[in-house]
Amino acid sequence: MKATVYVTIKENVLDPQGTAVQGALHSLGFNEVGKVRIGKYLELQLDTNDKNEAEARIKAMCEKLLANTVVEDYRFELEG
Amino acid sequence: MKFAVIVFPGSNCDIDCYKAVEEAIGQEVDYVWHTATDLSAYDAILVPGGFSYGDYLRCGAIARFAPVMAEVVKAAEQGKYVLGICNGFQILTEAGLLPGALLRNSGLKFLCHQAPLEVVNNETAFTNQYAKGEIVNIPIAHGEGNYFCDEETLAKLEANNQIVFRYAQGSNPNGSLSDIAGICNERGNVVGMMPHPERAINQLLGSEGGKRMFTSILNAWREQHGAAVNS
Repeated sequence: MKATVYVTIKENVLDPQGTAVQGALHSLGFNEVGKVRIGKYLELQLDTNDKNEAEARIKAMCEKLLANTVVEDYRFELEG
Repeated sequence: MKFAVIVFPGSNCDIDCYKAVEEAIGQEVDYVWHTATDLSAYDAILVPGGFSYGDYLRCGAIARFAPVMAEVVKAAEQGKYVLGICNGFQILTEAGLLPGALLRNSGLKFLCHQAPLEVVNNETAFTNQYAKGEIVNIPIAHGEGNYFCDEETLAKLEANNQIVFRYAQGSNPNGSLSDIAGICNERGNVVGMMPHPERAINQLLGSEGGKRMFTSILNAWREQHGAAVNS
């Protein structure tokens, strides 16, 4: 089973990288771009086919290590 | 008095910390590897700056699970002195020994220069040799030193006098919330700060503003263990 995890900076927390990329896009003429947020994308291969178990384990991984919940949100998808 | 300097793969201010203890207060000091499982021999633990475990994922996120960290938590609970500097501060927040988190500098640049700091709390074991409100120069060297916590936590930090250092008025280099440069836990025995006092112990280094952090801790330890102790 494959898990895809997305870690993003919380909405109310400043994302300087996103702001820099937004500025760069504007200077290239892509003025339609509003806010840009940059996050992390992780692919995890799991040796289980039990969706409920995988969900609980991935949640624990996110809470413990993959995201710092003081400043980051996470979400994930499971397939296979 | 005996100091431990924790060494993670990727620590790079460990030698500076070791030398600072030697030069500033001439006390015993050991390097302690991240796999160590016993810190009972030490009175103070220094968690140095650098890029522990390459800072992969997030600064301090992986170091926080190193075997030695369970011992650092235990030492903190026992009331021993724990000082996290720069990456060490990031590790202590990840470990939950200090509240909040360190974000990327608001100006995106890695910053490396002297920073004027205001001593906000001079009642900790690390700051008792400073005057409250005094301005000291201690260098910063970080890309992710932008302190952040939620409003409730900030109110608690202020109410409990847990803000130890602030960047002097008008000099906030990284966007830190409320100009915070260093904080302590409620008990005051765990301090984390982004500036590097170990790099400011001799005028030859541009400042000796950090030296009194080391004399403070020796002073605190001696008071705790009886003034007659000479070692």
